[in-house]
Amino acid sequence: MTYLYFPGCSLRSTGRAYEESLLAVCRKLEIPLHELDDWNCCGATAYVSIDETRAFTLAARNLAIADHLPQPDGSDPQILAPCNACYMVLAKTHHFMESNAEVRAHVSTALHAGGMTYTGQTRVRHPLDVFVNDFGIDRIAKKVVHPLKGFRVACYYGCQVVRPFSEFDHPVYPMTMDRLVTALGAESVDWPMKTRCCGGSLTGTIQEAGFRLNRALLKEATKRKANIILTCCPLCQHNLECYQQRINRRYGETINLPVAYFTQFMGLALGIPAKELAIQRLFKPPLSPAPAGKQEIHAHA
Amino acid sequence: MPDTDSSHPLRIGFYICHCGHNIAGTIDVASVAHYAAALPHVSVAREYKYMCSDPGQELIQKDIRDLELNRIVVASCSPLLHEHTFRQAVEKGGLNPFFFQMVNIREDVSWVNDNPAAATVKAKDLARAAIFRVSHHRALDKKHVSIHPDALVVGAGIAGIHAALTLANAGKKVTLVEREPTIGGHMAMFDKTFPTLDCAACILTPKMSAVRNHPNIRLLSYSEVKVVGGYVGNYKVTIRRKPRYIKEELCVGCMECIEACVYKEGKTPDEFNQGLSKRKPIYIPFPQATPQVVVIDPATCIEFKSGHCKKTCVSVCDRGAVDFSQKEETIDIDVGTIILATGYATFDPKRLPYYGYGKYPNVYSSLEVERLVNASGPTAGELILRDGRHPKTVGIIHCVGSRDRNTNRWCSRTCCMYSLKLAHLLKEHTEAEVYNFYIDIRAAGKSYEEFYDKLLEENIHFVRGRVAEVTDWAARPSEEGKLVIRVEDTLIGVVRRVPVDMVVLAVGMEPSADAQDVRRMFNISCSTEGFFLERHPKLAPVDTFTDGIFIAGACQGPKDIPDSVAQAGAAAAQALTLIDTGEVELEPNTAYIAEEFCSGCKSCLGICPYTAITRDEIKGKAFINEALCKGCGTCVAACPSGAIRQHLFEDDQIFSEIDGILADDNLTTAGVER
Amino acid sequence: MMLPVPPAMRASAAKSPPPMKTVVRRIKFESELDLAFGERVAERAYGQKLLSCIQCGTCSATCPLSHYMDYTPRKIIAMTREGFKDEVLNSLTIWLCASCYSCQVQCPRQIHITDVMYALKREAIARGFYPAHHPIPVLARSFYERVFAQGRNTESRLLITLYLRTNPLVMLREAFLGFHLWRKGRLSLKKESIAGRKDLRKMLNAVEHGKKEEPL
Repeated sequence: MTYLYFPGCSLRSTGRAYEESLLAVCRKLEIPLHELDDWNCCGATAYVSIDETRAFTLAARNLAIADHLPQPDGSDPQILAPCNACYMVLAKTHHFMESNAEVRAHVSTALHAGGMTYTGQTRVRHPLDVFVNDFGIDRIAKKVVHPLKGFRVACYYGCQVVRPFSEFDHPVYPMTMDRLVTALGAESVDWPMKTRCCGGSLTGTIQEAGFRLNRALLKEATKRKANIILTCCPLCQHNLECYQQRINRRYGETINLPVAYFTQFMGLALGIPAKELAIQRLFKPPLSPAPAGKQEIHAHA
Repeated sequence: MPDTDSSHPLRIGFYICHCGHNIAGTIDVASVAHYAAALPHVSVAREYKYMCSDPGQELIQKDIRDLELNRIVVASCSPLLHEHTFRQAVEKGGLNPFFFQMVNIREDVSWVNDNPAAATVKAKDLARAAIFRVSHHRALDKKHVSIHPDALVVGAGIAGIHAALTLANAGKKVTLVEREPTIGGHMAMFDKTFPTLDCAACILTPKMSAVRNHPNIRLLSYSEVKVVGGYVGNYKVTIRRKPRYIKEELCVGCMECIEACVYKEGKTPDEFNQGLSKRKPIYIPFPQATPQVVVIDPATCIEFKSGHCKKTCVSVCDRGAVDFSQKEETIDIDVGTIILATGYATFDPKRLPYYGYGKYPNVYSSLEVERLVNASGPTAGELILRDGRHPKTVGIIHCVGSRDRNTNRWCSRTCCMYSLKLAHLLKEHTEAEVYNFYIDIRAAGKSYEEFYDKLLEENIHFVRGRVAEVTDWAARPSEEGKLVIRVEDTLIGVVRRVPVDMVVLAVGMEPSADAQDVRRMFNISCSTEGFFLERHPKLAPVDTFTDGIFIAGACQGPKDIPDSVAQAGAAAAQALTLIDTGEVELEPNTAYIAEEFCSGCKSCLGICPYTAITRDEIKGKAFINEALCKGCGTCVAACPSGAIRQHLFEDDQIFSEIDGILADDNLTTAGVER
Repeated sequence: MMLPVPPAMRASAAKSPPPMKTVVRRIKFESELDLAFGERVAERAYGQKLLSCIQCGTCSATCPLSHYMDYTPRKIIAMTREGFKDEVLNSLTIWLCASCYSCQVQCPRQIHITDVMYALKREAIARGFYPAHHPIPVLARSFYERVFAQGRNTESRLLITLYLRTNPLVMLREAFLGFHLWRKGRLSLKKESIAGRKDLRKMLNAVEHGKKEEPL
């Protein structure tokens, strides 16, 4: 099974560390990826605010490209979309193309104008789902060479990875990432904010609202003695990491938490060198919480 | 020329009913009558406002006499409602009641059609089909079966207890089967009852001991019905008695064996106390348990697990009631009627993880709180939380697992009232601030609204809004160490965060986990929600589609105690009606074997859903028990040699009806003669 | 003898008395409502479930942004259903929705609330029912134009466009963060685009002829 990798726009800029670490982990686990040819932007949440049918068409073009690439073993082509927004939008489009005749008719006509068709074969998957449910958590556990003992992880799923078109975990209290980090030797911190929205692009538009959402997440993770937040979405990672200092200044907080991608964390446990995991691209690399003190992980990786 | 069972030529009477506006509002009834009058063999066609009224029925009888009619067709409502009425009218007029055919032009035509012209055409088509068909009807005899006077009641919660006592007091022998070691059901677990606040045990236990002592009631506790065979009036039931490992007839309930058990403390979550306390392997569910007989749980008893227990329970019992060798028993009984009162299950709040049940210790289900405030409960009625604290603020969340398309769509009907009751009791026990978070308050029973009124004056908080989450996320110092309830106060239009010490989830009522198995065993139906289906939602609320089987209590749908008791009484009355009539008339639409064609291939045996077909080994032919046959027609269709036929659904009857449907609309006199 | 003055009184004594509140006449005449609005929005947001709302407020309580909204999501549903079209389309609520779908997954009536918000946003944008330079609709439109033309979004360029069109001063505030991201290799000004741009535009333009939403 080769997954059709759909990076999405963010993984080519702010989310580069996500792309690099994801690819490194897939290489390590020998999960074959093939980048979807000439993929286009999924449309995110903004496109549908202007024109819904066009938004569906935009996303459906990607599904249509994959649609023509059935697997050698006859199974359905699977798109691997690491960004929560891409994942949700592509999954939603697939859902509506299957279940809503009107959407299907309009979008098919539009695709046809550009010489494409979508027959509904494509499955949309998130790496979290693929690693844990396809590859298998036990197999991952067996490949761990640096158990990440001492890490207290606040698993932050964000919103769109588990709802409403996703089926691999509970939409309010998911556990997939928690189970994964436990298998990597770390401890997952139980907190009630794991799917509470980071505000998405509000940090760039209505900053007060966006900052307060992130502040609540960061404060609560700190309070529960997490020493790292892991995310599975480029926008969540950006918001939680990049605005920490400004949140501290604005609200008089003293938050100081590394925010990394779960793929980087996996890579460290699997013994992949920090550089390949783009640890250096984080503002604040995850610190080894081992008794030795503030030894940076990539020093021994 | 079809067989008329008489020397007279066919003379058909056709009657179409207006049913007020129900039919005549859409269908041009005069035109249908006029059309029918011109059809072959129709001697008279009339329209009338209400055919089911006495004058309507008399019209038919008069025409039979005066015009010498020998076939009757009535076009009106569903046969489910009035087929019986018209058959009786036909019989009173002097004809065999099965020389009659009914056409449903209300449910099938006028109610589902808003185009009068099309509806009228369809009514004519259906009328024509019935007129063609009725020519082929034959005279049939009514069959009767006798009713065994004994009854079975399944489930001994308040509904089963009340039904059993009603029957027993009327002099009928009743077998009462209860799955648990004691009778009493959910009601025995409740503390007080709304709206009167009388104690549940005080009003229930007298009825429980009445059951125990009634000469007409045979109580089989810790037992389950395993097999049900037979038919109305003549059910054969096999009951499995689980071993208690205690000789019920010797045990007097002194409980010295429990005291003497090698376990000094209980280790197993106590089912009756909802796991809030621990019990020993040898136990009695609660002080007033009926029968007052202990039970041994083999899953936790050392003797069963290792075979090396000191068996202090055996040595302390001077009556020799402990019996580790006891085996499961089966009992076969014959009964004429059955009342199902198998109760309900409470919604498992773990299905809604955002309410934190099972995660935060101080989140309770309402049933747990019933035990917690009860004087004979795990804390002797003192309100101590799982973490040892006394609550200063309590939040009661309504509609947990009710009115929600993601879980259960229905309103559980009892939660509003029991939440009010618990609010009152919690306030009384703790003087805490008590909040009710509700969507709508449903207090429609007698004296219920007055109870709500009283609660409002007790200064209980009522916040209108469905709670979105319960967390331990403290956003303010005042929320530290609390459970925070997040809700929109919809009457004010603001999202509120309410920190509390204790959360009570008012869980809804849903069908028991094995309701589908029970349904299949008793051959009754369930509604889409999974509750047992009554024969008619308004007019036959305790009957089922299987004659002689009745339902009572919350197995039919969410219900409070007064309604369960009322329904149990109604079910008992229906059973008594059958028993005292002594016999029941069967529908004659049964299948029968044309023996000369039967090859004895047995293909029909396995497919009969009512196990009505057996094989006569001497003749080598199939045999149909008419009392068991429900006339479903499965065997008729399946028989490879066409040897199975069905009264009222003979081939010529069905083909003539099809011919009628397909015949040309403009047909007048041709067509019937084939 | 001096009595201790309660802090509240002291504070109010120090300030000038609050200005007298002006009375506001608030009444709604049926003739001002658009009674079919609810059904039209429901249709655009996939199904009649919108009309089955029981006003329980789960959406508002689960919404992480409802405390910034002028009307809670529940009220938006109520007002939509009852035809308060102008109020709904002029509300701040629809712009604050971050599409996290938490209301939708918890709604006991399974109303597609996020899609309702999208439908209302589209209508408001189409009619220009938003404050000039409001960053959210501007961001949506800039994003839309960029992806329409290039097939992909370039985050850095999108943000620059947004700031230029709304409040250029913000750009100064964000420049520092931009510099940091650039140093970490997380900011690229290179314009992203796809090879099949022409065909994509054909597809998107075909929608124009296919399904164009009528004004609500």
